Amino acid sequence: MSGHHYCHLVLLLVLSTGAFAVEVHRPRGVPLSKLQFYEEGKPFTCLDGSHTIPFDRINDDYCDCQDGSDEPGFRSVFIPSSRINDGVCDCCDTTDEYNSGAACQNTCKELGRQEQESLRKLTEIANEGFLLKQQLIQEAKRGIEDKKTKLEEIQTSKKALEDKVEALRTVKETAEEPEKEAKDRHLKAWEDQKAVIRMEKDMAKMAEVFLELDDDADGFVSVSELLSHSELDPNSEDSFTEAEAQTLLGGVDKLDTEGFKSFWSTVKEKYKSEVTADTSVESPQEETTEPASEHDSEQYPEDDVPEDEGEDDEEEEDDDADDVHYKATQEQKDDEDEGVMPPYDDKTQSLIDAAQKARDEFNEVERSLREVSDQISNLEKEISFDFGPSGEFAYLYSQCYDLTTSEYIYRLCPFNRVSQKPKFGGSETSLGTWGKWAGPEDDVHSVMKYEHGQGCWQGPNRSTTVKLTCGTETVVMSTSEPSRCEYLMEFTTPAVCKQPPAPESRPREHVEL
Amino acid sequence: MASFTERMAFVLVMALCLSGALAVDRGNFKTCDQSAFCKRQRALKPGESPYRALLETMELTNTRLTLQLINDNNKVRLLLELYRLQGNITRVKINELKPLKPRFEVPDVLVREPPTEPLSLLSQDENGVVLSLGAESQRVIVSARPFRLDIMEGRDVLMSLNSRGLLAFEHLRMRKDTSQADSEAEKKEEVDPANPAEQTTKDEDDKDEDGMWEETFKSHTDGKPNGPSAISLDFSLPGVEHVYGIPEHAETLRLKTTDNGDPYRLYNLDVFQYELFNPMALYGAVPVMLAHNSQRTTGIFWLNAAETWVDISSNTAGKTVFGKMLDYVQGSSETPQTDVRWISESGIIDVFIMLGPTPKDVFSQYASLTGTQSFPPLSSLAYHQCRWNYNDQEDVKLVDAGFDEHDIPYDFIWLDIEHTDGKRYFTWDPHKFATPKEMLQGIMDKKRKMVAIVDPHIKVDSNYKIHNEIRSRGFYIKNKDGGDYEGWCWPGSAGYPDFTCADMRSWWASMFAYDQYGGSMENLYTWNDMNEPSVFNGPEVTMHKDAMHGAWEHRDVHNLYGFYVQMATAEGLIQRSGGVERPFVLTRAFFAGSQRYGAVWTGDNAAEWDHLKISIPMCLSLGLVGISFCGADVGGFFKSPSSELLVRWYQTGAYQPFFRAHAHLDTPRREPWLFGPENTALIREAVRQRYTLLPYWYLQFYQAHCTGQPVMRPLWVEYPQDPATFAIDDEFLIGTDLLVHPVTEEGARGVTAYLPGKNEVWFDVNTFQKHNGAQNLYIPVTMSSIPVFQRGGSIIPRKLRVRRSSTCMEHDPYTLFVALNPQRTAEGELYIDDGHTFNYEKKEFIHRKLFFANNILSSINLAPDAKFSTQSWIERVIILGASKPSKVTLQTADGQESQLEFEFDSSMSVLTLRKPGMNAGEDWKVMLQ
Repeated sequence: MSGHHYCHLVLLLVLSTGAFAVEVHRPRGVPLSKLQFYEEGKPFTCLDGSHTIPFDRINDDYCDCQDGSDEPGFRSVFIPSSRINDGVCDCCDTTDEYNSGAACQNTCKELGRQEQESLRKLTEIANEGFLLKQQLIQEAKRGIEDKKTKLEEIQTSKKALEDKVEALRTVKETAEEPEKEAKDRHLKAWEDQKAVIRMEKDMAKMAEVFLELDDDADGFVSVSELLSHSELDPNSEDSFTEAEAQTLLGGVDKLDTEGFKSFWSTVKEKYKSEVTADTSVESPQEETTEPASEHDSEQYPEDDVPEDEGEDDEEEEDDDADDVHYKATQEQKDDEDEGVMPPYDDKTQSLIDAAQKARDEFNEVERSLREVSDQISNLEKEISFDFGPSGEFAYLYSQCYDLTTSEYIYRLCPFNRVSQKPKFGGSETSLGTWGKWAGPEDDVHSVMKYEHGQGCWQGPNRSTTVKLTCGTETVVMSTSEPSRCEYLMEFTTPAVCKQPPAPESRPREHVEL
Repeated sequence: MASFTERMAFVLVMALCLSGALAVDRGNFKTCDQSAFCKRQRALKPGESPYRALLETMELTNTRLTLQLINDNNKVRLLLELYRLQGNITRVKINELKPLKPRFEVPDVLVREPPTEPLSLLSQDENGVVLSLGAESQRVIVSARPFRLDIMEGRDVLMSLNSRGLLAFEHLRMRKDTSQADSEAEKKEEVDPANPAEQTTKDEDDKDEDGMWEETFKSHTDGKPNGPSAISLDFSLPGVEHVYGIPEHAETLRLKTTDNGDPYRLYNLDVFQYELFNPMALYGAVPVMLAHNSQRTTGIFWLNAAETWVDISSNTAGKTVFGKMLDYVQGSSETPQTDVRWISESGIIDVFIMLGPTPKDVFSQYASLTGTQSFPPLSSLAYHQCRWNYNDQEDVKLVDAGFDEHDIPYDFIWLDIEHTDGKRYFTWDPHKFATPKEMLQGIMDKKRKMVAIVDPHIKVDSNYKIHNEIRSRGFYIKNKDGGDYEGWCWPGSAGYPDFTCADMRSWWASMFAYDQYGGSMENLYTWNDMNEPSVFNGPEVTMHKDAMHGAWEHRDVHNLYGFYVQMATAEGLIQRSGGVERPFVLTRAFFAGSQRYGAVWTGDNAAEWDHLKISIPMCLSLGLVGISFCGADVGGFFKSPSSELLVRWYQTGAYQPFFRAHAHLDTPRREPWLFGPENTALIREAVRQRYTLLPYWYLQFYQAHCTGQPVMRPLWVEYPQDPATFAIDDEFLIGTDLLVHPVTEEGARGVTAYLPGKNEVWFDVNTFQKHNGAQNLYIPVTMSSIPVFQRGGSIIPRKLRVRRSSTCMEHDPYTLFVALNPQRTAEGELYIDDGHTFNYEKKEFIHRKLFFANNILSSINLAPDAKFSTQSWIERVIILGASKPSKVTLQTADGQESQLEFEFDSSMSVLTLRKPGMNAGEDWKVMLQ
C-alpha cells in the first residue's frame, strides 16, 4: 500500500487566521460537486444544518459545524482531516502539509511515473492474462467435450463389463457349490473329532475341580466347600449365602462325583480355578504409568519446547504400542486351539482350486468394473464441478503448486488440498482440504477456502484462504499465518484476469501530474 | 455404604472438575506450610517474646539511637538502630550484634542514605526510655521487658512494634548435626576468630528443626549452607480497619485478613494463568503497606528482598455492620485494630515507618526514600498495539496501515519473542525481520515507535555474542557449585546474567548502543519480560535459592532481580542517546523503587470479565506504593475475548496509565477493526478519548515525577475522611479531577458510581450534566458509554484534534474544559515540553496555572525561570456550570484587548468561547462580563 495519495487540495485559497485573500475561486478542499454550498460572501450553512456561519469562518482553523463541513481544507475527501498538517507527508503534492513545517517533497511526478509504470505493467499482465484465460476457457471447453466423449465411451465399456461380471458370477457360483459341500464335509469330520477331544478334556477338568472343591476329601462337594467361590454367586450384588450355594447344588447339601456332572455343566463358565486365579491376574498394569517429568514445566505447553512436532510423534508411538499388544493376544489365542485341521483330500482340493480360479477371474473383472465406475463418477464430478463461469479454473484440477520458504515447502493442490512440509525433513501437515469458493458475492471465484486441516494444539483445525490475483503464470506467490493456524496464500493465475478497459476510456486525471 | 461411596465419588468428581476449571496449578507454588521458614515463624505464639532491651547499652547520638536486645532463651544479642528521618519517618533497623557472617542489606533501592533529624531523650527509667521524635509531640517509647516500641502522638498510639511479641531473628549458626562433617573444614575457616565463645554455647538452646538446613519442594532441593536466617516482626495499628498495598496480588484494593488462610506472599514468580482474589505471589513485590482511617494515614516499608510473607489480622474482621453497631450501642470499649506481621527468609529487619498524617504525606515520605515515577516520553502514554507475535515485517506494515485505514491512532507497535533469531535477544529473525531498520524507518515516517522484547535469560550458544561475552566476563549467576547457573526458558538452556552486579549492569546498558544492538534505531524501545526471573525447570518456575550472586545467595536478592534488569535496560536506552532521550522500558517483575525505571504491567491475565475488573485494584495498589505507570493487557492475554469484553476493556484501558492491547500466540487476531464496523467505531472512540486527554495524562505524570503522588488514585486518597470511599475499587480518580467508573460487567445496562465530596459537584464529560457529590449515582449505559466525570473546580486541557499518533498532535491547539464548583471557581495546570528529552531538567518547559475566579479565567506562569516555546494555542474554552455573559474580553500578555465570540447553551449552562487564539505558553486573561 503506497503511503502517498493524490490529494487534490486545490491551492487557490491560502488563508491565515483573520486574513482573507482576494481572488476566491473556491475554498481549499471543496470538491466541485459541493461548490454550490460554499457561495462566496454569503453565510454558510453547515452541511448537517447544525449552524449558519459567516463565509469568513470557512477554513479558519476552527470547527463551527458539528460535521466539520466549515473546514473543508481540513477534511479532505482523500485523507482524514487528522492527517492535514500532522508533519507526515501524505499527499505527493505536499498539500496536506502547508502549515506544519514538514519538509515534504513534491513526489507526484515520480509517483505518477511509477504509478503509470505499474499501471502499464498491470495492464500488460491483465491483457496477456486475459488472452491466456481465453485459451484456458477454450481448453476447458475442449476438456469438457473430451471428458463427455470419454464418459460416453467408458459408460459403453461399463455396460460390457457389467455383462461380463454377471457371466463370471454364474461361473463362480457354479464352481463354489461343490466346493462348499466338499469343504463342509471335511470340516464336519474335523469338528466331530475335536468334540471328542474337548469332552475328554472337560471330564478331566471336572474331575480336577471336584478334587479342588472337595477340601475335606470325603468324596463329596458340600455347600460349605462351595462358599469360597463367590464368582458362582448367582446374585453378585450381595454375599454368597449357603442357601444360594445349596440352590446351585440342586437343593442338596452335597454332591458325589456323579451328581457333580450336572452341577459342573451349569457352573463351568463362571468357575475360577483356585490355582490359576492367583497367578494370572497380576502383571500388565505397571508399564503404563508414565515416567515422572523432570521439571516443573509441564504447565508450559508446547510453546516452551522449542520447535518440534512432539504430539504427532507421540501419537504414532502410541499406535505402535497398541499393535504390539494386539498381536501378542492373538498369538495367545492360537495357542489354546486344539491342534490343526488335517489337510483336504485331493478331490476336495481340486474342487477348491477350480472355484478359486473362477473367483479370481470374477474378482478381476469386478475390480475393472469398480475402476470404471470410479472413473465415471470422477468424470461426472469434474464435468459438473464449479471451475468458474467459463470453466477457466479447470486446468488447475489435479495439479499442485509449491512455494518454498526458508523453513517450509507449501503445496497448493487446487480443489484438493493445501499442505506444509518442513524443508529439512519432518512430516507433512495438512493445512486444509477443499472447502468452497469464498470470494465476495459479486466475485465469488476470487477466493478459495480450504478447511479441516490438522488440528492445532488447544486450537482450531488448520485452514487456508487462497486469494487469487491476475497473473500470466500460475504461481503461489506467498503464504502467511496471520492468526494461529489460519493460513493465507496468494496465488496468481490467468484465470482471474479481467479484460482491462480499452486505453481510450481509461480516466486520464493522474497522467497530468 | 453404597450411598456413602457414591457421594464420595460425586465429591471427587466435583473436585476434579473444579480443579480443572481453576487456571493456575497451585501445586507448583508453595503455601506457607511448604515454606519451612514461614511455617516455623507462623507457629510462634504471641505474647511470649523472649527479647529484652538492654537499656544500659543504649547510645544516643544526634542522629541515631542504638541499643542491644537480648534473646533470653538463647542469649543471642541483636543491635537495634533507631533513626528519625526527615519528613516524619522513623527507621528501625535490627541486625545481629555479631553475626557469624554479614547478613544481606538491600542496596540500590533507596535513592540516597536518608537524611536524619535529631532525636532527644525525654525520660528514662529501668522499664524503658521515651524519646522525642521532634515534630507534633511525637514520641517513641522503648519498653525493656519484653522489648517493644510504641510510637505516640499526644495520647494516641500510632503504631506499636513487637506488641504481640512476634519479633524473631534466626541468628546465623554453625551446623551441628553429623551430616555436616564433610564441609566441616570449610565451615571452620568461615568462623570469625573474634567471635565470642558464647556464640557456640548458646546454640545449644536452639533445636534443629526440619527445613533449617535443607528443604525440598517437589523435586527441587534447596541446600541451605547458611542454615536458618529468617526474621519477623509484628506491628499493631490501633484505630485502623483498612490496610492497602503490598503488591503484587490479584486482590481487592483493601487487603483482607489472613487468619483463615495463607499470608500474602511477596516472591516474584511467573505464575501461569493466575487466579484472582487470593494472596499468592505474582510477578512483582513492593513490601510497602498503607494503613488508613479517617484521621490518619501511615505506611510501613519493610526493606527486604528475600521471600516475604505478610499476615494481617483485625479485631473487627468478620464482624458484621450490625455487630459493629451493637458494639457501638453497648459502648464496647474495644477500638478497632489491625495487626500486621512481616516474615522474611533472610537479611535484616530494616523498616521505615511513614507517619503521614495525610495520604499525600505518606506518598511524599515514600518518594523521599525510593524516588518517584520516572517521567515517561509523552508518546508512551498513548496507545500501544502488541501481540505475541507480529509475524514479520509485512505483518507489521499491514497492521500499521490498518490503523490508518480505520483512522485509529496508535503510537507503539510491539514485537514479542518471535522477532528474534531463535530467542537470542538483541537479534532479529533473519527471514521474518530481515531489514529491521527499514521497518523502523517506515514506522518513524508516521511518527510512530516500536518496542522489542529483551528478556534476561540468555541462550547458551557459543555462536551467540551476548552469551560469549557474559560468560567470558564471568557475569552469569553461579550455581551452588560455582559453575554458571543454567535453567530452561524460551531459548532452551539459558544463563542468567547477574544484574545485581554493577559491572554487569553497565555492560548490559552498553549493549543498547546503536552500534551494538544491530537493527535498532532511536524509535525502538524495550520490554523486559520473564525477569522474576522465570526458570521453567526451577523450583516454583524460578531460580534455585542457593544460586550465587557473588557472595550473596539468590535467596537474599530474589525480589530485586527484575528491578535491576529494568534499571540496567533503562540506563542503556539513556546512554545510547548520549543522555538526551528519556527511556521507555516495560517490566513484568518489580520491587520498591522500580517506579524510577519505567512502566509495569500486570502480567499474563486472561480474557475474562473478572480479569478486567481486577485490573483496577491491581493498578491502584501499585500506584499507592509509587508505581504509577501501570496497565493490564487490554483484551486479556490468555483466551479470546468476546467483542463486548474487548470493547469494554478498551474503554477501561483508555483511562488507565499504561494502555496496551496484547494477546497470546494461540488466540485469533484481534486488531481493533476485526470485530465489525460497530465495534471498530466503539474502540476508535475509546482510543480517541485517550488521545484528547493526553495533555492531562502528561501533566499527571509530570506531577507524579515531581511529587510521588499516584496518577491513578483510589477515591479515599482524595477523600480521606469519607469512609464510604475506603473500600471502593470499581472506580478511580486520575489525578484529582477525573473520576472514572468503567463498565466492567457483561451486558451492563447501568453502573452505580459513587461521586465523593459533600460540597462538590461533578460534570459528566460527555453530556456536561452536573451531579452533586456524596451520592451514589445510577448511570444508564450503552455500549458506547464510559462513565467519566470532571470535578467541579477543575480545569482540564485537551487536544481535540486527534491524529494518527501523539507526536503528530504536538503542535495542535488546546481546548480548555473549565468545570466550575459551587463557589464558581476552578483551577488546573498546563504542562508542555518537547515530550521526549531530559531537557525539562534544564528548565525547558512551560508550566502554567489556569485559574478561574471572579469571572476571570487567567493563565499564570508557575515556572518563571523555565523557558520553552510552543506553537500550540488555545482554540476553545468550554466553561461548565457557567451563566451567560454579555461580553467576553481577552487580554493578552502585551495588554491588547479583544472581544471574543461565544455561545451559551442554557439547558446545560455551558459557555463556549470561540477561538480565543492566544498562545498556550503565554500570560492571558479572559474576562466574562
